[in-house]
Amino acid sequence: MSIDRTKAPDFTAVDHVEIPQAERHVLANGLPVWTLNAGTQDVVKIEFQFAAGTAVQPQPLVASAVNDMMDEGTATRTANAIAEELDFYGAFIESETNIDQASFTLFSLNKHLERTLGIVQEVLQQPTFPEKEFGIYVANKKQKFLVDSEKVGVLARRAFSALLYGEGHAYGGRAVAEDFDKLHVDLLKEFHAKNYSLANCSVIISGKVNDMHLGLLEKLFSGNAGSSNTVNTIAPPQPNAQREHLLLKKDAIQSAIRMGRPLFAKNHPDWIGMQVLNTVFGGYFASRLNANIREDKGYTYGIGSAMVPLHQHGYFVIATEVGADVCAAALNEIYMEMDRLQQDLIPEEEMSLVRNHLSGSLLRSTDGPFALADRLKGVINYGLGYDYYDRYLQTIKTITPETLRDLARRYLNKSDMIELVAGKK
Amino acid sequence: MITFDRFILKNGMPVIVHRDTATALACLNLLVDVGARDEDESRTGFAHLFEHLMFGGSVNIPNYDDVCPRIGGENNAFTSNDITNYYITLPSQNLESAFWLESDRLLSLAFSEKSLEVQRNVVIEEFKQRYLNQPYGDAWLLLRPLAYKVHPYKWATIGKEIRHIEEAVMDDVKAFFKKHYVPNNTILVVSGNVTTENVKALCEKWFETIPAGEKPVRNLPAEPRQDEYRRETVVRDVPSDALYMAFHMCARGEQPYYTLDIVSDMLSRGNSSRLYNRLVKERQLFNEISAFVMGDQDKGLFVVVGKPVHGVSTDEAEEAIFEELERLQNEPVGERELQKVKNKIESSMTFAEMGILDKAMNLAFFELLGDANRINSEVANYLAVTPEMIREQAVDVFRRTNCSALHYHAQTNEVTV
Repeated sequence: MSIDRTKAPDFTAVDHVEIPQAERHVLANGLPVWTLNAGTQDVVKIEFQFAAGTAVQPQPLVASAVNDMMDEGTATRTANAIAEELDFYGAFIESETNIDQASFTLFSLNKHLERTLGIVQEVLQQPTFPEKEFGIYVANKKQKFLVDSEKVGVLARRAFSALLYGEGHAYGGRAVAEDFDKLHVDLLKEFHAKNYSLANCSVIISGKVNDMHLGLLEKLFSGNAGSSNTVNTIAPPQPNAQREHLLLKKDAIQSAIRMGRPLFAKNHPDWIGMQVLNTVFGGYFASRLNANIREDKGYTYGIGSAMVPLHQHGYFVIATEVGADVCAAALNEIYMEMDRLQQDLIPEEEMSLVRNHLSGSLLRSTDGPFALADRLKGVINYGLGYDYYDRYLQTIKTITPETLRDLARRYLNKSDMIELVAGKK
Repeated sequence: MITFDRFILKNGMPVIVHRDTATALACLNLLVDVGARDEDESRTGFAHLFEHLMFGGSVNIPNYDDVCPRIGGENNAFTSNDITNYYITLPSQNLESAFWLESDRLLSLAFSEKSLEVQRNVVIEEFKQRYLNQPYGDAWLLLRPLAYKVHPYKWATIGKEIRHIEEAVMDDVKAFFKKHYVPNNTILVVSGNVTTENVKALCEKWFETIPAGEKPVRNLPAEPRQDEYRRETVVRDVPSDALYMAFHMCARGEQPYYTLDIVSDMLSRGNSSRLYNRLVKERQLFNEISAFVMGDQDKGLFVVVGKPVHGVSTDEAEEAIFEELERLQNEPVGERELQKVKNKIESSMTFAEMGILDKAMNLAFFELLGDANRINSEVANYLAVTPEMIREQAVDVFRRTNCSALHYHAQTNEVTV
């Protein structure tokens, strides 16, 4: 059989994405629980989200220390007993703390859920933060912090938010090694008491979910919900007055670049348009930044940009690590690509590439129960509903090169960009 | 249980199809049976550099990366010491486009000089980013040649040194392609919302028309049994000391692999594991510690890596690890502890069976090991491990004369006279 390999087979762009929606339930004490029943394996992921992120911590490192240390001892179990039992039933737990919230997640086989969720209830509601465990935790974390301080990418990431939002801003906090010495158990206990009440919590269950799950939650989390910590309105960002910054690391053979600016929250009318513009610029492998700086110049192993949503704000950022000898050249190319987006209309060929990529990505990002839980979080955590995805797909299909050029002119000005290099320039 | 159909094309290319109707996606995974172990010692890093070049245009398609997003796909690849693996996930309605893309670069590359020049630079930056500009980044570049004296596992996938990558020329690229990228040296797995009938038709159209080549014969020198304790000490500008210990063990396909994988979990998986509890929490000798098996196709390594707390020497740290390893030789493992580790393995496999990409990669991997259906007996292989098997392997593997230890010391600022 002879085939013409120069001719691409017919294909169709993703036109419509069906996103199965979560069901919302409320326990007797007011705790909201979202359920997503999907998937074929008899497993479940239960995520507890608390409004207990770094934005509300009294001093650096407290929020993550509390979240990480809740499983280091409870009223009735030692750290080892908790770990032993969760491991025996094949369960996994994950704790993650970001600016806005702390989340604690249980992955469990359904057949052992009654046991594993029982332990998690204790961990979340009756942690004791034992002194001995605390000492070991702090020493090990500090050591890791010092090792990470040798990495240019980490140095740049740590310093960047303070430059974007301002020192002292709730979103601009950063830790230094000495902050580990300022932690103590009472601080952790206070933070837990104030921020981990059920009134501050929402629960997302995904996987093979049935009536058992809600029943178990109702039974285990039946106590008084307590009071909510009411997160204050976050102040407007105060970017550093100086535009260019260098964290010198003399022995660096690569330099990390972080460049960006504060923008707006995910519910802003320009958010989705900026998502599309960001994709063209540095948001996927065929993006202009990657095509130029990696695939044409070979300056880096990878470069990308992103729109980062926070609960009350959002920012734009470019991140890469480049050879120290070509750092200045790479910066020039980044600004040149920014300028090109402001000057020229994006060609139709590239528009269709990006439209297809984004609609395909949306479809791929709905595959399986855990991905669906992420799509749920992508709206409810930002005060949005599932209709966001309809608007998103609609915008992807219809946004014009003219609109994107306008957005570039408004939001991608060199003079607004904080430029940070860790390494050598 | 993962069900699949398997057939072989006329050019010798095996194809495996796994149908999963819970998804709207399809995944195409192409494993090429070539890795860093197949390289010439004077030209290392080549299999991985070549993987980069596979994205630099094929004979009829100038730019892979301009097509993949257009069909709603996402793709990537990786190279190890054993294999090179390419994969693409896309809406199942566009499956044929994936066949077109993947088959064209197996048919022939564009062999562009520009692409070679750029990807050499990209890979050199990758080398710097991962191995040179990271604290402890060069540890594996040191540990491998300490543990291996003859087998090509003595160099890392990225290569022995940057110079080898700089020196790669187009003739090398063409010769490598001709020798290794033949259909009968690959394994194709298609998973997701597909039918075997359709996949078969697409295979006949796009892949079966590529002529078979000569299947490369692998004739690697076997690493002789190690009968001497080896140690290397280096000093680097890092914040704290680190310790790496490597022991020779069996290959991935052999039964003791499961025993030793269980041992590694027992030692360091999760907060109830032995090393974490004894050495991090009770004795407070380490800030962090982990044990793992490499899972190589040829005889591999069992590795323990840790960072001693400040004030504990790497000698003391090494002795403490040996004490734990020797307990496995002398004291039988308790039933509950063994059951715990088995439960955890069974559970993580249940979770891993959720994604079509994971399933496709694993099917290809087991096919390379000799039988794709081994994917379904993995759990049973782990469950069959007994305390006696653990003791036997511990005696055999955790000999001090089977150990290669890298003592990675932090430079001190104190002046010595």
